[in-house]
Amino acid sequence: MKPFIRLTATAAPLLRDNVDTDAIIPSREMRSVSKKGLADGLFAGWRYTAIGSREPQADFVLNQPRYAGAQILVSGANFGCGSSREHAVWALAEYGFRAVVAPSFNPIFQGNCIANGVVPVVLDGEAVASIAGALEEATEPLLTVDLEAQTVALVDGRSWHFDIDQEARGALLAGLDAVARTLQLADEIAAFRVQDAARRPWIYAPVKRALG
Amino acid sequence: MSRTIFDKIWDAHRVTQTPGGLDLILIDRVLLHERTGGVALRGLQERGLPVFAPDQAFAVMDHIIDTRPGRTDRTLMPTGTDFILATREAAGKAGIRLFDLDDPQQGIVHVMSPELGIVLPGATLVCPDSHTCSQGALGALAWGIGSTEAEHALATSTLRVRRPPRMQVRIDGELAPGVTAKDLALALLGRFGVGGGAGHVVEYAGSAVRALEVEARLTLCNMGTEFAAFTAIVAPDEKVLDFLKGRPFAPSGADWDAAAKEWLSLASDADAEFEVERLFDAREVAPMITWGTSPQQVVPIDGAVPAVGEGQGTAESQRRALDYMGLEPGARLTDLPIGAAFIGSCTNSRISDLRRAAALLRGRHVAPGVKAICVPGSTQVKRQAEAEGLHEVFQAAGFEWRESGCSMCFFAGGESFGPQERVVSSTNRNFESRQGPGPRTHLASPETVAASALAGHIADPRQVAAR
Repeated sequence: MKPFIRLTATAAPLLRDNVDTDAIIPSREMRSVSKKGLADGLFAGWRYTAIGSREPQADFVLNQPRYAGAQILVSGANFGCGSSREHAVWALAEYGFRAVVAPSFNPIFQGNCIANGVVPVVLDGEAVASIAGALEEATEPLLTVDLEAQTVALVDGRSWHFDIDQEARGALLAGLDAVARTLQLADEIAAFRVQDAARRPWIYAPVKRALG
Repeated sequence: MSRTIFDKIWDAHRVTQTPGGLDLILIDRVLLHERTGGVALRGLQERGLPVFAPDQAFAVMDHIIDTRPGRTDRTLMPTGTDFILATREAAGKAGIRLFDLDDPQQGIVHVMSPELGIVLPGATLVCPDSHTCSQGALGALAWGIGSTEAEHALATSTLRVRRPPRMQVRIDGELAPGVTAKDLALALLGRFGVGGGAGHVVEYAGSAVRALEVEARLTLCNMGTEFAAFTAIVAPDEKVLDFLKGRPFAPSGADWDAAAKEWLSLASDADAEFEVERLFDAREVAPMITWGTSPQQVVPIDGAVPAVGEGQGTAESQRRALDYMGLEPGARLTDLPIGAAFIGSCTNSRISDLRRAAALLRGRHVAPGVKAICVPGSTQVKRQAEAEGLHEVFQAAGFEWRESGCSMCFFAGGESFGPQERVVSSTNRNFESRQGPGPRTHLASPETVAASALAGHIADPRQVAAR
């Protein structure tokens, strides 16, 4: 996982509430049993003129030349709602997005972001609207997300503080993998399970019985 | 100190706390399906990691397998076969039990896992699927995760999670006749919005919830994810014990007695505290129908499309929804002709759902031009329905009778409804293009779907029942 400390990049405003994971990566675009090959299907329903087509829908934000190469997405409340498919984050990340700024996120989506080094930045709706408005009017739609300082800043100097879970922040800053860290506790987990099996044998025993 | 059911389960599963303040929570059950589970198993295998407790992990084919009779590994969804083969191979390598597409215990993961007693009260359960919250209906702490977290759960039998806040939604009063758990779930979304759960563990409590049968509680908890909840849960009671007793993976003998005693002690203490408490009166609920492209955009069946600014969501999102759905403010829902009717999904495909729909369909036929489909939630549900003759009722009424699976709840490139086709659906999401390239989905109970199929337009099931 690539560490994220701070990033100044083109930011694309997609100011809709409840952008769901079906919209981010339609199920029909999840063609292989893989975390890769998804960028092309990102926002396919909005980005292309028809289902299955690859002809760009000219007015969709990511198709506008000024937002080419965007690495930050600015969007509405409840971003990432719907299906838990992690493919939504894989598609965003593969396309090049490293941070999403929104008033709120779906909890599963937010966890998926953190697991993949994409920073979910929560700012209030007013701040998000100001940022989106500024991006639309700016000559160059740039935004800075500073995870170390926990700030989002426009080039005109306006900046906002954001809160983020400190464990998530640490993992994102270091680009750390959770499985490797948890496996260091394998003995502790095994010991806990032994105690638990004595207390709740039905969690363990019936499975073995039914499986024969 | 007083504790909620959530606190009791959480505390019993906390292995340790990380330096950053996350809890390392023991996971009792990991469920996987071929859509998002195969990629998790494969990810684990690519890293050379074994499954920590293979006896406690289960995989099932449900999402992209066909539901047409005579199905095989070949799917209508292009490349769907790859998912089936990859999941089969990865489950075999990992040594976990797979309920394959021809297994008599196969079904939609959230239907078959309670049915088999894989879900148990007081257990922690995760699955890379957002509707995992359904299983909270049995008093399990069950929540949806992503594929990377599923890899973590498989590799370590734990997850790192920050303790979520708690919300109680207390629902008192009785549901009126003809009003179901689905209507209740939709009414809650209409009242509190799709952000209403705000990452909390939502405990549904109150007399209306206790009055619900277990299958109805599964429907209510199912839409916890539409509510943006961390998950949903209902305290286990005698109904849950009756439901589980004798199920293949449920405990028996002395283990059952000990388990049952503990399960009944899980209920929240009378003075337990919640970060948020909400009240709701079940008597206010009518059969509900969504009009827009978010489940919160919902009205009583005799209602009209609200004016922009008066419904749930921003004015901009309402305008988009009106445009997509081909509606004008003020339009009466029951005036809308439909092209298709769908009964199925992890929300409403259990035997009780099929029985209630069949009761309306018996001796009647769907209106001309309406494509009507019923997809039982599991192979066991299908067989039970067939033993009761319900399949004949559905077929005589003009419904297709399918093999079990997720089917047309979502579109994966295979089967779909047509562009701009108006569909009344017992599913859980009415997002743009969720069910195909451009269909207009209206969410409702199985009764409302059946009534609408008969009428050829959106219809109030209570009026059909009365005829």
